[in-house]
Amino acid sequence: MPATETRAKTKLSRQQYLDLYYYMRLNREVEETMTKLFRQNKIVGGLYSSLGQEAISVGTAYALEKRDWIAPMIRNIGALLVKGVPPRDIFTQHMAKYTSPTKGKDGTSHFGDLDNLHIISPISMLGDLIPVMTGVAMAGRYLGQKIVAMTWIGDGGSSTGVFHEGLNLAASQKAALVLILENNLWAYSTPVRRQVPLENLADRAKAYGISSYIVDGNDAVAVYTTAKEAVERARAGEGPILIEAKTFRRRGHAQHDPAGYVPQEQREFWEKRDPITLYEKFLMDEKLLDAKGKKEIEDKLAALLDKEREFAENSPMPPPEFAAEGVYCTGPECHDLQPKWERDVKELLPPKSSVEPVWIVEGFGRGKSSSRENAPIHFGDTPQVPEKAEGEKPAASASPAVKRETKPATKAAMKKKSVAKSAARGKARR
Amino acid sequence: MAAITFLEAIKQALFEEMAADPRVVLIGEDVGVYGGAFKTSEGLLEKFGWERVIDTPISESAIIGAACGMSYLGLRPVAEMQFIDFIACCFNQLTNFVAKGHYLWNAPAPIVVRGPSGGGVHGGPFHSANPEMYFLHTPGLKIVYPSTPYDAKGLLKASIRDNNPVLFFEHKFLYRRIKEEIPSGDYTVPLGKAVVRREGKHLTILSYAAMMHTSLEAAEALAQEGIEAEVIDLRTLLPLDEETMLQSVKKTNKCLVVHEDTKTGGIAGEIAAILGEKAFHDLDGPLVRVTSLDTPVPYAPTLEEAFLPNAKKVFAAAKELARF
Repeated sequence: MPATETRAKTKLSRQQYLDLYYYMRLNREVEETMTKLFRQNKIVGGLYSSLGQEAISVGTAYALEKRDWIAPMIRNIGALLVKGVPPRDIFTQHMAKYTSPTKGKDGTSHFGDLDNLHIISPISMLGDLIPVMTGVAMAGRYLGQKIVAMTWIGDGGSSTGVFHEGLNLAASQKAALVLILENNLWAYSTPVRRQVPLENLADRAKAYGISSYIVDGNDAVAVYTTAKEAVERARAGEGPILIEAKTFRRRGHAQHDPAGYVPQEQREFWEKRDPITLYEKFLMDEKLLDAKGKKEIEDKLAALLDKEREFAENSPMPPPEFAAEGVYCTGPECHDLQPKWERDVKELLPPKSSVEPVWIVEGFGRGKSSSRENAPIHFGDTPQVPEKAEGEKPAASASPAVKRETKPATKAAMKKKSVAKSAARGKARR
Repeated sequence: MAAITFLEAIKQALFEEMAADPRVVLIGEDVGVYGGAFKTSEGLLEKFGWERVIDTPISESAIIGAACGMSYLGLRPVAEMQFIDFIACCFNQLTNFVAKGHYLWNAPAPIVVRGPSGGGVHGGPFHSANPEMYFLHTPGLKIVYPSTPYDAKGLLKASIRDNNPVLFFEHKFLYRRIKEEIPSGDYTVPLGKAVVRREGKHLTILSYAAMMHTSLEAAEALAQEGIEAEVIDLRTLLPLDEETMLQSVKKTNKCLVVHEDTKTGGIAGEIAAILGEKAFHDLDGPLVRVTSLDTPVPYAPTLEEAFLPNAKKVFAAAKELARF
């Protein structure tokens, strides 16, 4: 199925417009500060930049509610900030300080917060977060929480096996997962055109029978509007949704990489499409922001970042003996793991809990036999698709609508209802 | 109190834990409608429904990833590998994501990954593996490998209640061959504790899983010749119960390790190092290993028999060590 057009132009409130601007600026300023710290050798390991991709991290995460879960990637510092992570956490992480969320055990944006902000830490192996967030969405549904799980992947990461496994499991479970595919055109030094022969990476969604969107990743309002719609649809139970955001990685893979492999024209094209410059112009044109308002935001950011940076720089390194601690959870005194039930536990057992995860695809397609005739393929519980004239599309692909059956769990009842439904559908078709 | 099989013990543990705690869910390939390839989850779908007994596509990484994600919201998923050999397909998800979470970012993942393991049933090179040592090298995981129905039930319950990721190996040779009377009520067997299965004074045999029974058989034969072997069932490989091992070696002064895993890099090597470090002055002979050959598990019965340790091989090695 082709990527979906967003349904309507969502109108944002003035505060929302300004929030998006604030977080994009914060995202960029936090990273600029870290670039300075990196130059001063105060950052222990690598530093990855999201320069030019801020509209994606901020616009997508801003579409979520507080209860929702995120699992960001290395270039999604903007999403962390929108979720409520203070800049000091990002500075201390990169500087390997004892005051950082991982207390110096990992760097970059590799940290999370299960209890309050609902953030799951990324690891460096790409794609692993997709099945993890599928599990989050499944557990959320089981607990009755009505949450959405959002995670990000790059054009490069979309070629991993676990991308496929995760998205396919999410689709088969109809999990409330929103996956943002940031196509920044480069996986380290390999251009997207040497990774995958697709015009749009959103086309991958078709293989999983899920909906997708394509959005200009440098247009903050478009990103937010699209993400908002996707989040609402996922929350309503429509299954996972893939959003491809087209953008460009303006710096190298990390600080060490001058990215000399990027053609000059490509760089120049994207330099002119800076998401913050574009958005600022939009805000000024729409009279949502003026020079005075801009100055106020800049002063606020400067004061905040000075304070946060000072905290990070004055923080101690972890004591050496801390290296041996914390491999295992030692029990309830270490972590008392209790889910937040928002559903009557009585509903968990049959017959009340009767969600059967089966997708019913109308017809089931057909295959060519050796005599070049169509051999109908039938699953047994849907009406057979009548033969169509040559040139006509088979029904299965012409009508991509897939329905989720909700049946009682007892075998007899399942059978009965399934038969009744098939009959009803068959009638409607005739 | 009726005698039940190893398989029935696993089934009971799953059923009782799911009945007692709505946080426990089961996820894996063919665990629902079919009841699992070995029928360890038979009847669970009917009782607990689709939301708690989750049939998945053939996607081991997605199974572990999803189980991990579910655990972050407070659930206690049990993930089944249809055969434990397939755990290789989710190696990254387990060793890099699940195992490191608590150490790095304070995120415990209380999941159990269980599945049928081991050879002796002519399953061939991809359905007979003992992959425990790939994971013993991974801090953050626990590894359990029981040998009796009583332990299988008690250890599985303890594993489900543990706040850490536990790999739970079920030796498929034992599934229907071993029967034992077990108490009817709820009980657990603590992780990280070995048990002395047979007392003896001449040498210590350390073993686990199917080879524990092989070792006991050999010990019987040794007793006929006046050699009293002390047989210890390790039960948990990570963490390893060093205390029980060291106590026994202090008494017998000789140690033989029997495992079905291949020799190089098997746990016998790790045990040899521990004894070298902590019981050097107690040892009156070399640490001896009886293990499978350093090859893949071959298919033909004649080859598999040559590959696996057996009571005769254990007997011969133990006798030689006793005479040392």
